Amino acid sequence: MSAAPTTETKPAPPAIEKIKVKVDGREIEVPRLTADWSGKLMPTTMIQACELAKTDVPHYCYHPKLPIAGNCRMCLVEFGTPALGPDRKPILNPDGTPKVVKSPRPAIACATPVSPGMEIYSNTPGVKQMREGVLEFLLINHPLDCPICDQAGECKLQEYSVDYGQSASRFVEPKVHKPKSVDLGPRIMLDDERCILCTRCIRFTKDIAGDDALGIINRGSFNTLTAYPGKAFDNNYTLNTVDICPVGALTSKDFRFQMRVWFLKETKSVCTSCATGCNILIGSREKKIYRYTPRENDAVNGPWMCDYGRLNYKWIGREDRLTKVQSPKSKVQGQPASWSSALTEIAELLKKTPAGSVAIIASARQTNEELWLISKLKAKLGAISDSVSRMGEGDKLLVSADKNPNTNGAQLTGIAANLMGANLPKIVEGIRNGKIKTLIVFGEDVTRHGMGADLLGKLETLIVSDILPNATTKLAHYLLPGCAHAEKRGTFTNTKGRVQKFMKAVEPPGDARPEWEFLHDLVCNVTGQDGFLTIEGLFNEMANAVSALNGLTWAGIGDAGVTVKI
Amino acid sequence: MIVKRKPLNLLERLYLPAIAGGFKVTLRHFFKKKVTMQYPEEKWAVPPGYRGAPYLVRDQEGNTKCVSCQLCEFVCPPKAIKIIPPGPAGRLADRPNAEKMPAEFEINMLRCIFCGFCQEVCPEEAIFLQKDYSLTGASRAEMIYNKEKLLALGGTHPGIQKWKHKLEEAKEQENFPVKV
Ligand code: SF4
Ligand code: SF4
Ligand code: FES
Repeated sequence: MSAAPTTETKPAPPAIEKIKVKVDGREIEVPRLTADWSGKLMPTTMIQACELAKTDVPHYCYHPKLPIAGNCRMCLVEFGTPALGPDRKPILNPDGTPKVVKSPRPAIACATPVSPGMEIYSNTPGVKQMREGVLEFLLINHPLDCPICDQAGECKLQEYSVDYGQSASRFVEPKVHKPKSVDLGPRIMLDDERCILCTRCIRFTKDIAGDDALGIINRGSFNTLTAYPGKAFDNNYTLNTVDICPVGALTSKDFRFQMRVWFLKETKSVCTSCATGCNILIGSREKKIYRYTPRENDAVNGPWMCDYGRLNYKWIGREDRLTKVQSPKSKVQGQPASWSSALTEIAELLKKTPAGSVAIIASARQTNEELWLISKLKAKLGAISDSVSRMGEGDKLLVSADKNPNTNGAQLTGIAANLMGANLPKIVEGIRNGKIKTLIVFGEDVTRHGMGADLLGKLETLIVSDILPNATTKLAHYLLPGCAHAEKRGTFTNTKGRVQKFMKAVEPPGDARPEWEFLHDLVCNVTGQDGFLTIEGLFNEMANAVSALNGLTWAGIGDAGVTVKI
Repeated sequence: MIVKRKPLNLLERLYLPAIAGGFKVTLRHFFKKKVTMQYPEEKWAVPPGYRGAPYLVRDQEGNTKCVSCQLCEFVCPPKAIKIIPPGPAGRLADRPNAEKMPAEFEINMLRCIFCGFCQEVCPEEAIFLQKDYSLTGASRAEMIYNKEKLLALGGTHPGIQKWKHKLEEAKEQENFPVKV
């Protein structure tokens, strides 16, 4: 099972011929062909060459993961090509270099392929004037309502106006007014005045999401973006249009007027709503999470994520979060117990249990590290363990049918049965006939999986760790409040076996503690072996012990993760 | 350096001449014209341009001018300002012509250093440093001024009504896109 980890699972692409071009006088080598939005090899364009040369070319309609439209003209550059004589041979300068003739007209960098020997000029006075001109046209009817616009701070129109625009407007006529706060769909609000008609959203929903819902009607300066009459813009990927809209025309109803973006701290994390594990950024301020946005990772989600996962964060800030440790004694006294006393009591109890009398139901929503610590406990106690599978509907783009973010982690650490959930009936049977006297549950409501209150009542000890209250936490003898992924660090293994780490965005409420922290204490108390107190050390220790993860290190998996063989 | 202290002579040790000298000064000033201001009965006339406490203002029609852009919150060096944006509801009752206004606006006057950055950064001319220089309260909580209090203290500021103007312009083009 063990194999060297790889960062890519695909076979190496065939070698592509390189050609030499010059960008602003610097010669670079670029591949003749580059993968386009759909992964097909197409001739490399000037904008891609400039990107390779680390030269910024401002652009609105171009997006590397969308078909090319070439309608905004922001990316205009000047260029020259080697001149050919009447004999179709390059004309040479006196010093023997090929003579390059500047094209009389500029070209859009996003749609013009490069050719050998081409020279691209991206900062000539002419190019600067063209950019100024394009921006001036874009701002003719733009409402300039930045103070009330949610895009302000991450708006390309603002950025390019500062970088390339003029400071004053020469336009004195009244602006064309278009519909504002248009309800485009259940999650999207449109402000037509702000739209710069780049058609990114139209191309996304037609070509990526496969729902041809948007279009532009009317002519000239009355051009208006709209959804198909009578139809709502409603598919599971609509919120991506908010990300790619370069201006504040498309805004998220959920995030609308909630917080200005410059206050948000962005934390690299992973979405937990399904086994795909889309890479995300958590936008938070103080203790509150305001939004998730996709973080580009071509090996997992590209630049997209689904709406369901994006909006599935509100439970983290719920008022009824579990925040207090509870032990049988404290339950009677009506006061919270302390972590150390509860963990010592549990360790004492567990140490006394005869082998085979303990069952563990962990969750495939827990991190690899936590599951691995639980597996240590399991080995020491000779316990039976499993987790709960969550199957739903998947789609072709991103959503996986498996709704557990870490099914593979639960399997690699040996916590889940080969067929996840197969051990649950055995545990039920064990409790019923009195063989299993202690049940440890992590993050699952077992009353919904065949273990009703009467069955759980037969147990001598029920130890539960969870984030939100449910029927199982109410019955618990020991209750240990845990953390959401946004409140701790760790790794998940996604459905393709990619081990991805996530960082902590906000502080946990009350006494809640990351599971791996208290599991470390518990494992140490029960087994007598000390482990690592840091997530880095813990991960590295786990990577050494679990054969599929051999060779990985916390630092080595980086922000983009590493695919292992599962 | 070491300063030598001479021992005091008898006259000096008696202190009486010094006390008499002091009283002489006191008496002289007692009968002179008064130079101090009888604060707080008498108050100082604040010169124009004085930077006192920042308050929120309303426009000439009584609408809150602040649109909750949170630039002042961002720029405020001691972080005295806290704004709670309105959320998706956006438009609240007293602002018929702009899409957004703050749900709550707090300035902690104990933190404010009267620097005027908020006034300078405000794109809506909605916050001004006014003439109050003496702010008192019996508790810390009382020194955090909320939106209601700031608006009440701020008064009206006649200026350009940007959003109203926009609304009117849009109304004129009601039969969008083309009038027939
Ligand atoms: S709404 Fe945004 S993405 Fe769509 S065409 Fe307009 S500016 Fe482009
Ligand atoms: S005057 Fe300065 S310190 Fe006081 S609220 Fe305004 S920005 Fe903050
Ligand atoms: S980016 Fe090239 S025309 Fe829009």
